Amino acid sequence: MKPTNIGIPDYFHKVVDCQWACPAHTPVPEYIRLIAAGRYSDAYMINWRSNVFPGILGRVCDRPCEPACRRGRVDKEPVAICRLKRVCADLKDDIQDRLPQPPEKKNGKRIACVGAGPASLSVARDLAVLGYQVTIFDNGKTPGGMMRSQIPKFRLPDEVIDEECDYIIDLGVEMHYEHWVTSLRDMLKEHWDAVFVGTGAPRGRDADIPGRKEAAAHIHIGIDWLANVAFGHTTKVSKRVIVLGGGNTAMDCCRSARRLGGEEVKVVVRSGYDEMKASPWEKEEAVHEGIPILNMLVPKEFQHDKGTLTGVLFEKVRAEYDDKGRRSLVPTGEPDELMECDEVLVAIGQENAFPWIEKDIGLQFDKWGMPVLNPVTLQSTLSLVFFGGDAALGPKNIITAVAQGHEAAISIDHYCRGRDLLQRPPPMTNLVSQKMGIHEWSYDNNVSEEARKKVPTKTLKKTLKDIKLELEIGFDPLLACAEADRCLNCDIETVFTPKTCIECDACVDICPTECITFTANGEEDDLRVRLKAPAKNHDQALYVSETLKTGRVMVKDENICLHCGMCAERCPTGAWDMQKFFLQTAEAGAEARRT
Amino acid sequence: MTYLVKPKLLWDVAPKNALGYTKRDYEGAISTLCAGCGHDSISAAVVQACFDLDIQPHRVAKLSGIGCSSKTPDYFLGNSHGFNTTHGRMPSVLTGAALANRDLIYLGISGDGDSASIGIGQFAHAMRHGVNMTYIVENNGVYGLTKGQFSATADKGSKSKRGVVNNDSPIDLVALALQLGASYVARSFSGDKEQLIPLIKGALRHHGPAFIDVLSPCVTFNNHAGSTKSYDYVREHNDAVNRLDFILPRDQISASYAPGSLRRVVQHDGSVLLLRKLDTDYDPSDRVGAMNHLQERHAIGEIVTGLLYVDSSGEDLHRHLNTVEKPLNQLGDAYLCPGSMALTALNASLR
Repeated sequence: MKPTNIGIPDYFHKVVDCQWACPAHTPVPEYIRLIAAGRYSDAYMINWRSNVFPGILGRVCDRPCEPACRRGRVDKEPVAICRLKRVCADLKDDIQDRLPQPPEKKNGKRIACVGAGPASLSVARDLAVLGYQVTIFDNGKTPGGMMRSQIPKFRLPDEVIDEECDYIIDLGVEMHYEHWVTSLRDMLKEHWDAVFVGTGAPRGRDADIPGRKEAAAHIHIGIDWLANVAFGHTTKVSKRVIVLGGGNTAMDCCRSARRLGGEEVKVVVRSGYDEMKASPWEKEEAVHEGIPILNMLVPKEFQHDKGTLTGVLFEKVRAEYDDKGRRSLVPTGEPDELMECDEVLVAIGQENAFPWIEKDIGLQFDKWGMPVLNPVTLQSTLSLVFFGGDAALGPKNIITAVAQGHEAAISIDHYCRGRDLLQRPPPMTNLVSQKMGIHEWSYDNNVSEEARKKVPTKTLKKTLKDIKLELEIGFDPLLACAEADRCLNCDIETVFTPKTCIECDACVDICPTECITFTANGEEDDLRVRLKAPAKNHDQALYVSETLKTGRVMVKDENICLHCGMCAERCPTGAWDMQKFFLQTAEAGAEARRT
Repeated sequence: MTYLVKPKLLWDVAPKNALGYTKRDYEGAISTLCAGCGHDSISAAVVQACFDLDIQPHRVAKLSGIGCSSKTPDYFLGNSHGFNTTHGRMPSVLTGAALANRDLIYLGISGDGDSASIGIGQFAHAMRHGVNMTYIVENNGVYGLTKGQFSATADKGSKSKRGVVNNDSPIDLVALALQLGASYVARSFSGDKEQLIPLIKGALRHHGPAFIDVLSPCVTFNNHAGSTKSYDYVREHNDAVNRLDFILPRDQISASYAPGSLRRVVQHDGSVLLLRKLDTDYDPSDRVGAMNHLQERHAIGEIVTGLLYVDSSGEDLHRHLNTVEKPLNQLGDAYLCPGSMALTALNASLR
C-alpha cells in the first residue's frame, strides 16, 4: 500500500466516526470534552455554529453519529452523544452576546426562503450575518416548520423551538407568517436575487384500501393529525386506536394517542420489527409506554358500520428475499386478522408536493416529481432557485436539512457574487499536539469502563396524563460528566513520524487492542490478514507509514484504536504523538481554494 | 513507562487459546521501565509464547534477581508464581524450587549484571547441574539502574553514552552456556519477535537447561553510535544461522519447505523444532562447531543469533540425582522425614 496521506482532511476526519457520520459534521468529541469540563456555553456554541439547533437536536435528532460511534465497536453501547448535546443547551449561560451580529450595512441582495423550517432557518442564519436581507415566508403562525408541527411537545417543548428560532430571527431576518406562497412565477416577479425552497415533505401518504372513504371521519393522516395535536386543534382521541406504519411519525402518533385518551393503542407494521424505519430508541419508548408493535401485517380493509369505523382487516405476510436481496412480502395463507378499533392514524410515509411551482417556468422535475438538482450545490435548473431539507432530495431528518441549508447558503452566496458554484470552500482544519508533559495530555486518556447512562425521565403515570409535559428530564452535571467520560476522544489522532521511529516495538507491545503492526508492505487485502489482530472491518482505514529503516512499514488498523495514547507514552523517540484534529465545515462567506 | 492501567475493554473477537484465555490473561502489571526498553518486548514475547502454548499460568514459576531485567517478571504472567531473589541468586533459589516441585515450569529471568557479574558463579553451576528451566538473560551491556556503567557483557572497544571506551574483555554467556552443558542454547534480539517467540516456546517445552541470551537495547544508556548493543548495531550485524518454527505435538505441519533447507528436531515431550537453515553449513547438534562458529563471527563483529545448539535427550538434574517422580512437596511429612529409627538404620547400613 502507498503511505497514507494524512494531509488530506478526510483521512483524520473519517477516524472521528461520529463527526464523519453527522451530516453537518459537528465536532462531537470537542464539545463532549467541554461538557466534561463544565464549559456548557462553549460546548453550545460549537454546536450552534455547526448544527444551528443544539437544544432541539439534543432532544429529537435522528443521531446518525451514535451507530457510528467507536465506543459501539469496543463496548456494548455507543456514547449518548445526542443527550449530551441537550446538556449543553440546558446548562448553558446566556449566550446572546456570543452570537454573530449582522453588518449594519447590508450588501443589497435580497433572498426569499419558502418555509420556516430548519433548512430555511439555516440558510437565513448563514446569509444574514454576511449582510444579505433574508425574508422567510411560512403558512404557519410560528417558525420551526415540522419541528413544531409534527414532533410532539412531550419530546420537544415549544420554548426550546422558540429560543433557537429567535436566535436566527433576531439577526434581522424578515418573517412573513400566515403567508401561503401560491405561485413561484409570481414570486420571481418580485426580483429576488435568489429563492430558497425549504417546504419539507408536506403530504402524508394515504392508505387507499376499501372502506377508506366511508369511514373517513375516523381515519387521519398521521402528520396532519400530529399538526392538529401540536396546535391544540385535536385534544382527544378514541379509546381504541390503530396506528399504521413503522417510521418515527408512527411512533409519535401512537405515543401522542396514548396521552390523549387512547387506552388500547397499537402500531401495526407491514415489515418485521428490525426492518422498521423508526429509530430503535423510539420503538423502545413506544413499547415502554405500553404500546404493542405488531409486525408482518398488511392492511386490507377498513371495516365500518354505516361510516362508523369498527376495525381494520389485516393480511398476514412473511418476507422473502430474491437473489439480489430485494424483499417482497408474500401472504402466508393464514386467515386474515380483524382488529377492532375506533380510530386509525395513517403514518406510512411522506411525499413531496410542489403544487405552487409552475411547470413551465424552467424548473425541471424528475419522474418522481422531485426537482432536478445538482446534489452538491442544491441549485435547480432555474439558476436562482435552490432547494434544501426534505424538499430537496426527499424526506430525511432535521440534521440533514441543516447540513443542506449550510450548503445552499454557500451556493447562494457564490451565485450572488458571480462565483463558480462548484468551487466549494474547504473545511477549516487544525492538527496540534496534545502533549503537556511526560505522561500528561491535554485530554483524559484514561478509558472509562462505565456503561451508557440512562436519561432520567418523569414517571410514565404523570407524562401519560399531559401531552405537553416533557418526558425526559435530561442528564444532570454528574451524569453528563460520567457519560462524557465514555467518549474515546477519536479526534485526538495517533500521528506517526516514520523518520524518528527506531522500531523498538514498544507501541506494539503496549497497545491494548493490538492495532499496531510492523510488517512487510503488501496490498491492502493481504496486509489486513497479516496484522497482529486481523483487520476485518473494511470500512475502517489502515494507516500505513513510509518504509522504515528495516524495510518494513508501520500499519495501524483504525478500527478499534481506543485513542488512549499508550503508544505515544511508550514511544522513546516521540515518533507517536497524540494530536487533536479539529475540523469545521466551511460556512457561507469562506473563500474557496485558489488553484 | 506509563501511569495508565491498560483499559480492560476487549473488542468482541479477542482470540482465545485452547484454555479459553485471552492474551491479556497472560499479562502482568504495567511496566515501569523506560519507554522503548527492549525488556518490555521480551515480556511481550513471553506473554505471546505462553498464550500460544496454552500454558496454565498457575503452573509457571518465574524467578529473577536484581536489575531492570529482573523487574520484568512483574510485567508478565500476573497469575503465576514469582520470586524476586537477591542479586545474582536466582539460579540457586530456582534450583531449590525445582527440586522441591519438579512439576512446575521454571522461568528464570536475569540480566547481564545479574548473571555475568555478581551471579556468574550461580549461572555457571545452574547450567552445569542441568536444572530443567528456561533461563533468559535480557542483555543490554550496561547497568541501567545505576545510570549506564559498562556491564561484563559490553564488547571491548564499545563506547558508553558519555564517550568512554570499554577496555575489558566481554563475557559471552552463550559460549559459557555451551561449554557448561546447557542442552538448548539460543541467542535472539528483543526487536525481532518473529525470531524470539518461537525460541522461547521451544525453550519452555525443552526438558533440561535451556538458555536464551536476548540482546535488549537500553534506550536510555546504550542506544547510541559506538554501542554494540543498540537497535541499529544489532540490526546491522545480526547474523541468524536459522529460523525456528515451533510445532506443538497436536499441530499439523502445513508449510512446505525446499528440500535440504530444513532440519527437524523432535524434543523430549514430542514437540517439534523445525529449523529453516539460513547458514547451510551450520549444524545445531554440534556443540564444538557451535562454539567455533560463535568465536569466528564474534571476531569480525557479527552477532550470531538463532537456535545455536539443541540436545533433545532430556537429561536434567532430577535424572542425575535419581530423585523420585513425584514432586517432593507432595510426598508428605512422614515420607520426607521417616524418623530417627530410619536414620539409625541408614547409618547402620553405612558402617
